[in-house]
Amino acid sequence: MRKLILLVCLLVPGLASAAGSNFPLDRADYDLTDKASLQSGAQTFMNYCLGCHQMQYQRYQRTFKDLGIPDAIGEEYLQFTGDKVFDHIRNAMPVDSAKTWFGAPPPDLTLVARVRGADWLYTYLRTFYEDPSKPFGVNNKVFPDVGMPHVLQELQGLPRETTEEQLVDGEKVQRYVGIKTDGSGLLSESEYDKVVLDLVNFLVYTGEPVILEREALGKKVLFFILVLFIFVLLLKKEYWRDVH
Amino acid sequence: MFKNLLDWIEYRIPMMRVANMHAIQYPAPKNMNFWYVFGFLATIVLVNQIVTGIWLTMNFVPSAEGAFASVEYIMRDVEYGWLLRYMHSTGASAFFVVVYLHMFRGMIYGSYQKPRELLWLFGMFIYLALMAEAFMGYVLPWGQMSYWGAQVIVSLFSAIPVIGPGLVEWIQGDFVISGATLNRFFALHVIALPLVIVILVFLHIVALHEVGSNNPDGIEVKRPKGSLKEEEKTKFEMHEYYTKKYDIIDDVVPFFPHIVLKDLVAFSVFLAFFSYVLFFNPEMWGKFLEHPNFEIANPLKTPEHIFPVWYFTPFYAILKAVPNKLLGVIAMFAAIAALALLPWLDRGKVRSWRYRSGLHKWNLIVFAIVFIFLGYLGGTPQANWKIIASQILTVMYFGFFGLLWLYSKNESTKPLPARITK
Repeated sequence: MRKLILLVCLLVPGLASAAGSNFPLDRADYDLTDKASLQSGAQTFMNYCLGCHQMQYQRYQRTFKDLGIPDAIGEEYLQFTGDKVFDHIRNAMPVDSAKTWFGAPPPDLTLVARVRGADWLYTYLRTFYEDPSKPFGVNNKVFPDVGMPHVLQELQGLPRETTEEQLVDGEKVQRYVGIKTDGSGLLSESEYDKVVLDLVNFLVYTGEPVILEREALGKKVLFFILVLFIFVLLLKKEYWRDVH
Repeated sequence: MFKNLLDWIEYRIPMMRVANMHAIQYPAPKNMNFWYVFGFLATIVLVNQIVTGIWLTMNFVPSAEGAFASVEYIMRDVEYGWLLRYMHSTGASAFFVVVYLHMFRGMIYGSYQKPRELLWLFGMFIYLALMAEAFMGYVLPWGQMSYWGAQVIVSLFSAIPVIGPGLVEWIQGDFVISGATLNRFFALHVIALPLVIVILVFLHIVALHEVGSNNPDGIEVKRPKGSLKEEEKTKFEMHEYYTKKYDIIDDVVPFFPHIVLKDLVAFSVFLAFFSYVLFFNPEMWGKFLEHPNFEIANPLKTPEHIFPVWYFTPFYAILKAVPNKLLGVIAMFAAIAALALLPWLDRGKVRSWRYRSGLHKWNLIVFAIVFIFLGYLGGTPQANWKIIASQILTVMYFGFFGLLWLYSKNESTKPLPARITK
């Protein structure tokens, strides 16, 4: 069975390379209470991601409600597919064609932040670099040989690996120091980072829309338990006083 | 009016008699410390699992096509569905936390020794049923770890000579893990195994109340009839079922309200920890809900690392420590069987580690450390040193039982106190 799986992985491009790399991740300092950031992230998602990736477990209406967007405005500016506002966020890409185009159908992104983690996503979207040997002309630092084009190139510009000559043990070595864009993008580096951070924020939200509600309820519950504990402890002491 | 109703009922079914006997006037040693709350907590968690499980079942779709989406439907569209789901998933891990502590309590105070062998065995059967229940429950969300974890565990049975491959097919209901497997695991998870567990818990409690609770001193509070003077007997009113057969020494308290109140204090502390995880860290850094399980099951894509959930990892490490698959499976089941055989492997007459040899204390402490470290090895990515480490620890795991058997025959123990100490 294991051999069979290995064989299948080798035969289907894009699957075998799904393994991670050890590239150090940048910290995504996202903030789920920042509605403007979430709205910006939703906008980026609908414009750049939804063409290929779905959010088949998340509904438009729920998203609009949680992000503080009136339905009418959401429908006009964030909903491009002709679906109803209560529908799930889906696209019309046929799975079979997607397999042909990318080697594997683009994964659903509803829960991607829970699978990969926010830091991974934040680093991943900022570490595409030019690599003419790849089908889409780009490769990625955290997800080597990824089967996805650099969709945000319009914003970032064409990113290139930059190296620096450094002295290591007395020898001159070319060392990778980061990624620099060619400046052809619409955004500056810090603006691009912010757009990606907003998008990650949005993906963390869709991964678990109840996080804020959960933590708010949790505080009340813990307070209740503290009160319960005090009363139960006093009652116990009262009854046990004469035992010893 | 109310009294009349109670009398009417009591005449027809022994409601108050059973309540008095088992939940109110049951004599419990007064020195039962915090180690003695985990049985109560396990019962609470069991009730939590059953109640939240019923509500989850109302919206869960047990099919390969619908399971994953229905869990997300519960998380997003069902009112407080996320709360039910997290109560259930956190409860699963909490169950094993309290059960492991409950079992270790039994080991340090010798609660498995005569006359509590059957009580211990019922406990071990509960533990086995619980493992099956948890395993099948973890398959239901149909994420990547559900699928591949099931793949690994079910394929263990293929190591059995001759019938192995056929047995695997029979368990799966298919040639591979599929919707058919999910469907039958659902049936077993929501009805068959809970029923078995509830019945076993009932038997566990009946057996406990027949032989009486052990305590940190490991001495009996029930003495032969007529052996105690009137002033040595307990002043509390205990049920005649116990007082008819025995003289009960003045070191006991009634289950209600004394033990119940003590358990409720423990319960509120437990609830604080439980709620912290539930509301602020339900994934427990990927230990209670593993990250790859948020991706739908994909038979064509093997996750980078496949681990069972944390509570199985000690046994998983033992399995992996043995190079031969069949021997590995045997070692894994032997690790559980050895625990079940404790009442007979321990030939000592003194129960509590308070009055046993220093060797015994160290043996128990080392065993606990070995168990935890095996859990670490079984739940983290494979490395060469870990194989050797898990082999050494596997030997140490079984070494605990071997040593116990050897030294317990002629162990140098301290004299037991006549009465329960504070």
